[in-house]
Amino acid sequence: MWEYTDKVREHFLNPKNSGTIEGDDTVVGEVGSLSCGDALRLFLKIDDNGVIEDAKFQTFGCASAIASSSVLTEMVKGMTVEDAEKVSNQDIADALGGLPKEKMHCSVMGQEALEDAIRCYRGEEAAPAPEGEIVCKCFGVTDLQIKRAVIDNKLTTLEEVTNFTKAGGGCEDCHERIGEIIDEIRFGVTELDLKPLVVEPVKLTNIKRFQLVSQTIDEEIRPALHKDGGDIELIDIEGTEVIVSLRGACVGCPSSGVTLKDFVERRLKETVEEAITVREA
Amino acid sequence: MRPVYLDNNATTMVAPEVKEAIIPLLEEEYGNPSSMHGLGGRSGKYLSEAREKVAAGLGCEPSEIIFTSCGTEGDNTAIHSAIESQPTKKHIITTRVEHPAVLNVAKHLERKGYEITLLGVDSEGRMDPDHLREAIRPDTALVSVMYANNESGVISPIEELVEITKERGVLFHTDAVQAVGKIPLDLKKLPVDYLVLSGHKIHAPKGVGALYLRRNTPFRPFMLGGHQELGRRGGTENIPGIVGLGVAMDLAVSHIDEENTRVRAMRDRLEKGLMASIPDAMINGVEAARLPNTLSIAFKYIEGEAMLLLLDQFKICASSGSACTSGSLEPSHVLRAMGVPFTYAHGSLRFSLSVYNTDEDIDLVLKELPPIISRLREFSPFRRGDEGLDWVDDH
Ligand code: FES
Repeated sequence: MWEYTDKVREHFLNPKNSGTIEGDDTVVGEVGSLSCGDALRLFLKIDDNGVIEDAKFQTFGCASAIASSSVLTEMVKGMTVEDAEKVSNQDIADALGGLPKEKMHCSVMGQEALEDAIRCYRGEEAAPAPEGEIVCKCFGVTDLQIKRAVIDNKLTTLEEVTNFTKAGGGCEDCHERIGEIIDEIRFGVTELDLKPLVVEPVKLTNIKRFQLVSQTIDEEIRPALHKDGGDIELIDIEGTEVIVSLRGACVGCPSSGVTLKDFVERRLKETVEEAITVREA
Repeated sequence: MRPVYLDNNATTMVAPEVKEAIIPLLEEEYGNPSSMHGLGGRSGKYLSEAREKVAAGLGCEPSEIIFTSCGTEGDNTAIHSAIESQPTKKHIITTRVEHPAVLNVAKHLERKGYEITLLGVDSEGRMDPDHLREAIRPDTALVSVMYANNESGVISPIEELVEITKERGVLFHTDAVQAVGKIPLDLKKLPVDYLVLSGHKIHAPKGVGALYLRRNTPFRPFMLGGHQELGRRGGTENIPGIVGLGVAMDLAVSHIDEENTRVRAMRDRLEKGLMASIPDAMINGVEAARLPNTLSIAFKYIEGEAMLLLLDQFKICASSGSACTSGSLEPSHVLRAMGVPFTYAHGSLRFSLSVYNTDEDIDLVLKELPPIISRLREFSPFRRGDEGLDWVDDH
């Protein structure tokens, strides 16, 4: 049996604001499906000043799903739409005094229903199909949804991703791909660009290229080499060829060639320009 | 208030007679049966008496019984014995609805290069013996089919399956953890090679089980150690547990008639009563031969865990095939194998009775469950006729 906080129990046993709201000034947010095992329909009545006057819910799901819906309606009542937009799944979980980690996806469902209702209020396309490529077929979760959960909640393991998004909770076929996504975010490019994943190659001016190269060397490459007692100096840049000189422990190190190609050059290709090559002066 | 315990396929209470038999072993009778003194000798006697009782309950010889720690150990031992004794055979047949103690061993062996055939079941949870006939190959090392299913209660056509494997000279293992004590079972008439039972499902304590090993069936010990159990399972015997299992086996045999009359009648009354008072409900495996104590019932548009927690308010203990109770996200593999639609699978409950249940227990469920269902349906976004909505994808 799950360990639920008293708050969760209370909101599950005596849910607040269950039901529907009718009327022209009502918007509805919907997430989930019967096959996924949980679904939430959130009703918001918003006045002329953009203040949420009333909120109600209908939920199909477990105790955590019902409690998350109930507490969410309590939270957003009286809020402006702008403030409601900032409510995160963690806020919902916190308001319940926490949820078992396996149940965090229930709070995510609350946040998503809220977003959907607000989109509806703004007259935007209701519940656009999640963008990106479907990674988990069992629960229809895309790579972008996974990335967002990983970054927002600082997730580091497959298990956590499943707890937050359900991805990976079925046939397990997608486990490898989820692992790759986590690694990409943890060890790859630091920031996530939720929209265009394919970055158009940008033409750099010589000055811009010089700035980016020296910035990457100063901020990333040199500190990393320092850890092993080495150092690096930027000598010149000719077109896309970067000329450097290794110092300290790197001089005469049998793997300095590897350091240059596999570390310095790769990093500069990632951060500055694909065409960059590196050679030692 | 005593709980209304309707989760006996998960575990059972320790029978008073069993408890009484165990107490002296926790007090003065603590000898090790391997010791050469009076105290040890008496323990040895308890051990062989328990073995005789278990053998008598199954209709086999005491030497064909190996005491284990649980059903899982029995299943693991049987499967490993079968494959290790036939190293050239690399194919195993089992079913989609087995307990994880078998399914996970099969998965593990698959990673080690074995080929696994998983036989399916129909929408009532029934197996087709012809599927087994077609699946057996010259390199099949073992067929493993559970005697009765823990969730649906559906009973396998064991006699027929055993006959098919015998004709083809293939070893047969059955996980009979749910069948023992609920339906008559006689190994004199049923030539299985390995059969597994677990103490805590028949009112003995947890931590004891038995593996029946037909004479002359290949065996390789799984637990290596001392010469206990004729060298077939090392480790000092759990004498209190084993003695408890012996007494529980005697009781189980004496309860078989009651299981099939009074318990079955209570189950049927529960089933009919719920079906009559709750719309959009269905019984899983209703057309199949089922254990007399098990009812797997599913309610559309609501989710199992919510029902369980509300039932718990009335101290009614049941279990659910819903995903939310298990930490996994897919509903029970058994219900999915039966093709139970998601609409129902998420909202399924299992009631499993024992001879210790009373008519009042059933009355309480019949009184409290219908309002719980309608309350949860009140705030479910799905209701009758909603199947046409496109955000309701039920497959
Ligand atoms: S594809 Fe992700 S769990 Fe099945």
